Amino acid sequence: MLSQESRNQIDRETAKYPAEQKQSAVMAALAIMQAERGWLSTETIGDVAAYLGMAPVAVYEVASFYNMYDLAPVGKYKITVCTNLPCALSGGVHAADYLKQKLGVDFNETTTDGKFTLKEGECMGACGDAPVMLVNNVRMCSFMQPGQIDRLLEECT
Amino acid sequence: MGALGFILDATEGERSWRLAEYVKRGGYGALKKIIHEKIPVDQIVGELKKSSLRGRGGAGFPTGLKWSFMPRQFPGAKYVVCNSDEGEPGTFKDRDILRWNPHMVIEGMIIAGYAMGCQRGYNYIHGEIWEIYKRFEEALEEARAANLLGNNILGSDFSFELQAHHGYGAYICGEETALLESIEGKKGQPRFKPPFPASFGLYGKPTTINNTETFASVPYIINEGGDKFLELGKPNNGGTKLFSVSGHVNRPGNFEVPMGTPFKDLLEMAGGMRGGRKLKAVIPGGSSAPVLPADIMMECTLDFDSIAKAGSMLGSGAVIVMDETTCMVRALERLSYFYFEESCGQCTPCREGTGWLYRVVHRIEHGEGRPEDLDLLNSVTDNIMGRTICALGDAASMPVKSFIKHFGAEFEYHIQNKKCLVPEDVQRTGSGFFKAA
Repeated sequence: MLSQESRNQIDRETAKYPAEQKQSAVMAALAIMQAERGWLSTETIGDVAAYLGMAPVAVYEVASFYNMYDLAPVGKYKITVCTNLPCALSGGVHAADYLKQKLGVDFNETTTDGKFTLKEGECMGACGDAPVMLVNNVRMCSFMQPGQIDRLLEECT
Repeated sequence: MGALGFILDATEGERSWRLAEYVKRGGYGALKKIIHEKIPVDQIVGELKKSSLRGRGGAGFPTGLKWSFMPRQFPGAKYVVCNSDEGEPGTFKDRDILRWNPHMVIEGMIIAGYAMGCQRGYNYIHGEIWEIYKRFEEALEEARAANLLGNNILGSDFSFELQAHHGYGAYICGEETALLESIEGKKGQPRFKPPFPASFGLYGKPTTINNTETFASVPYIINEGGDKFLELGKPNNGGTKLFSVSGHVNRPGNFEVPMGTPFKDLLEMAGGMRGGRKLKAVIPGGSSAPVLPADIMMECTLDFDSIAKAGSMLGSGAVIVMDETTCMVRALERLSYFYFEESCGQCTPCREGTGWLYRVVHRIEHGEGRPEDLDLLNSVTDNIMGRTICALGDAASMPVKSFIKHFGAEFEYHIQNKKCLVPEDVQRTGSGFFKAA
């Protein structure tokens, strides 16, 4: 069951599209539910499908296609680091190495206290700000040298 | 150098993206002019054609011509879509346009709606830039409150609704028909063309899709005239353009310069080469564009025709700069991984071929290359190119082909000696691939 708050949020998204095209809001609905529940379980995908009148498999198809959805639990803070070529030329790989060392995890792993998950990202469209990382899909951090990474990790409480 | 452009350069100083500031800079003047003077649709499209504005998303298709493809007398819904799904490695201009000048894009989209008889529009915004998406939604609210969007815009009988759609991490959605599928709430797999979006687009209705920077160029063309825009650039390459410079330069960033500006001037604007090192190679139009060696690039001017003549593409104007400390095999390995990761899986040559490209380049980089590998890579690219529904297959192939063409000796050295032609200690001084010593 979706909470009233998430229903309201999803309704605002549905209203952007023609009345007979509710399915267009599925990407937003999944993002909303992921923010609320931390990740997208089969149950959550079923809830979204029921609410939008879609087949669960059609919702799963979307959830599994786009990289920013998490189909398995992640830490409280998911940090995605871009290591694509333009970022790599300006320290993206170093930033990822520094995070790995500091957190004691590799890509796609979560710290034992469940606080941080590290992900390798593809181009975020911010190559001029390299090294770039994204926290929980919503906060983009630019020019992340070791000092800035230390500060970011301290802020994540 | 003073301000040369009108998109980002116009916002310098206070850099407020708010409606009031945009209006103070003359914003929404083009829309008001069209509505108050009842400028005929043909004249709007005519100015665009005269301006020689070519799509800023990568393909460089003439915008005026694209708009003229929309069926005039179509009785049902028609759509305008903005492609802000900017995920081509090296490209980061649309993010800055939406960050500093969202209303210029909105005004361009409203004019597009007016000129093509569309009632609705969507701006598809890249998943990773949530903060920018939220700002764009706020800008839309401002425009609605000022009756620049909605019913009977500025007292006319023209009504237009505009919404933002937030992506969620799929490079392929920058392909226009994948983007439409994505707005429809599906996985973003490109459609077979024809039919083209102008006849069968969003929800099966006639649709025109343009890049963010393309829409942002429209108000200027209406205000100043197509001729003046054309004069900013050079024949067949109208206007100023944003170039995103990344990689081994002192000041990476966006630079708005006239089309036809010499590359060496742009390099200077970006602060020159980092550490004063020597330029080795440039990818001039985003990661999908063929790489060019320094000597060829230094002779190029930045416009569609000059870069095409040199054997590459202006693409989205994303200039990736690599210096002499760069191992070209390693650079290509990372790009090949990207296309392998982002192939949508629909067409066999691309789904399987991008995996082959990555694995073969990977083994060369890791000292396991075989003498026949370069022929193998070229053969795989030949079997991908032109055999897929969309351009991602070609985009994955062109870097491979061009890296081998221009830097084949480095690949051969890797295969024969199981190590890089650029010594590791040299790479450590700058490339970014290895930690500094």
